[in-house]
Amino acid sequence: MNRRALSLLAPLVTGLLLLLAWQLLHAGLSPQKQFLVPAPAAVGRALIENHATLLQSAATTASGAALGLLAAVVIGSALAVVLAWSRVSRAALFPYLMILQMTPIIVFAPILVLLVEASLLRVASITFLICFFPLVVNATQGLVSVDPQLLDFFRLSRASRFDEFWRLRIPSAAPGFFTGLRIAATLAPIGAIVGDYTAGNSAGGVGGLGYQIILTSSRFQMPQLYATAIAGCVTGFLFVAAVVGLQWLVLRRWHPDYVGNDR
Amino acid sequence: MSADPAHVVCHALHKRFEEGPPVLEGITFSAAPRDFISLLGPSGCGKSTLLRLIAGLTPPTAGRIEIASRGPAKHREDLAFVFQESALLPWLTVAANVELPLQLRGMPAPRRHEIRDRVLAQVSLTEKANAYPRQLSGGQKMRVSLARALTVSPRLLLLDEPFGALDEMTRHHLNEELLALREREAWTAFFVTHSVAEAVFLSNRILVMAARPGRIHAEISVPLPFPRTAATRESAAYQQLVAEATATLRSAEDASSR
Ligand SMILES: Nc1ncnc2c1ncn2[C@@H]1O[C@H](COP(=O)(O)OP(=O)(O)OP(=O)(O)O)[C@@H](O)[C@H]1O
Ligand SMILES: [Mg+2]
Repeated sequence: MNRRALSLLAPLVTGLLLLLAWQLLHAGLSPQKQFLVPAPAAVGRALIENHATLLQSAATTASGAALGLLAAVVIGSALAVVLAWSRVSRAALFPYLMILQMTPIIVFAPILVLLVEASLLRVASITFLICFFPLVVNATQGLVSVDPQLLDFFRLSRASRFDEFWRLRIPSAAPGFFTGLRIAATLAPIGAIVGDYTAGNSAGGVGGLGYQIILTSSRFQMPQLYATAIAGCVTGFLFVAAVVGLQWLVLRRWHPDYVGNDR
Repeated sequence: MSADPAHVVCHALHKRFEEGPPVLEGITFSAAPRDFISLLGPSGCGKSTLLRLIAGLTPPTAGRIEIASRGPAKHREDLAFVFQESALLPWLTVAANVELPLQLRGMPAPRRHEIRDRVLAQVSLTEKANAYPRQLSGGQKMRVSLARALTVSPRLLLLDEPFGALDEMTRHHLNEELLALREREAWTAFFVTHSVAEAVFLSNRILVMAARPGRIHAEISVPLPFPRTAATRESAAYQQLVAEATATLRSAEDASSR
């Protein structure tokens, strides 16, 4: 068997083994506790039966996550440029960014419930707060750590500060920016689910995935709860896949990770 | 743009970085227009620092630098620096890299493209104009870097170990190309290298430096006639000069190991 087939087969084998372990765990539990770990087949059935609800609430969660992530990208990148512009702006702002990062985001939930009418905006706000920090830190790092020879070259060419950012710092920060964006994209659906769980409402519909978690767990519908978790996983996976695709589009032409490098 | 090569005078230059030991001490020399001066010396003796001082990228702690009787800062317009490892912007094509110094100086596109195409032809890289740096060999990257320097019609060319990472054959070719360009262009050049043979082949003067603190240990003049070609390397006079320069460099190294 060749190496390629093996590397395609390996994850499938792992997956089957995990399913088997799950099934064994289910079978091994005492009858009173068995409902806590439903059999894989039961979860599969819940996925199929509830697919309409799950799709709808995953879409709701994804909207909140996308909106929050987008806001974090826009505001985070702008802030990164401000931070990278001068030592003084870094000194002035960085401590407060750290404080924001240390604050448990959950405390904003009750405030947002009273402050913001629309559930989508509440969820997006919580997502924003969770995604913001890794974006700012990685983008700023990228903007600040530029090849010193390239900086010398720009200085010798009498480049303006604007050109220095636009033509040098911003492009060379792209890989760092994408590192931050990948972290943020992983966090965004989780942030939206947490936001939904703590500050969302169903507005008469099926709500987001966080709302489904409240609903199914309060009714002890364990297969449905597990199915909701799987829907959350898939949503997260789609977010990361979108970012990986975007990164490929932007960097493929010049970045060493993408250009065939046979030296 | 004036076509006269620059006259460079350094007088009693001292340089130290903050609380560190002195990096350069009492550097005094003058370079006549069209001089091609190589800087040889042990690692850490301050060759790159001296080049950066001349470029005005860092100020001297004491002493004076004059380029055509003005300070270096006023001369950035017609000064070009060629860095180690080519220092190209990886996200720009060869063409965009080459025209960048002109673009940053605000030259309008049609004129800029004309110069870019002429210079790319000079280093025979016209067909690579749309490639990205990653797609080039080390020698090709260095040629792009040279082309980028030539776009501004420099009167003073500063090269910091430009061919240090290349194999010997490629290095020989590029040395010959550089001298061919020198025949056509009017610049004064400072060339940092660790290769004695390269220094002898390219320059009419060699400054041998010693370290701790960085200073000029000796000057060697290279009276081989220009134009020099691959055949120059075969000549007895050349080989004699290489041997002499090697001995001088060794004595500079001895003087550095205090
Ligand atoms: N920005 C800086 N801050 C502090 N020290 C520096 C700085 N730049 C250079 N030095 C010090 O100055 C000395 C000379 O460095 P320089 O790079 O000029 O040497 P060099 O002769 O070019 O060496 P090499 O042949 O290895 O390139 C070194 O001891 C180095 O540590
Ligand atoms: Mg050096």
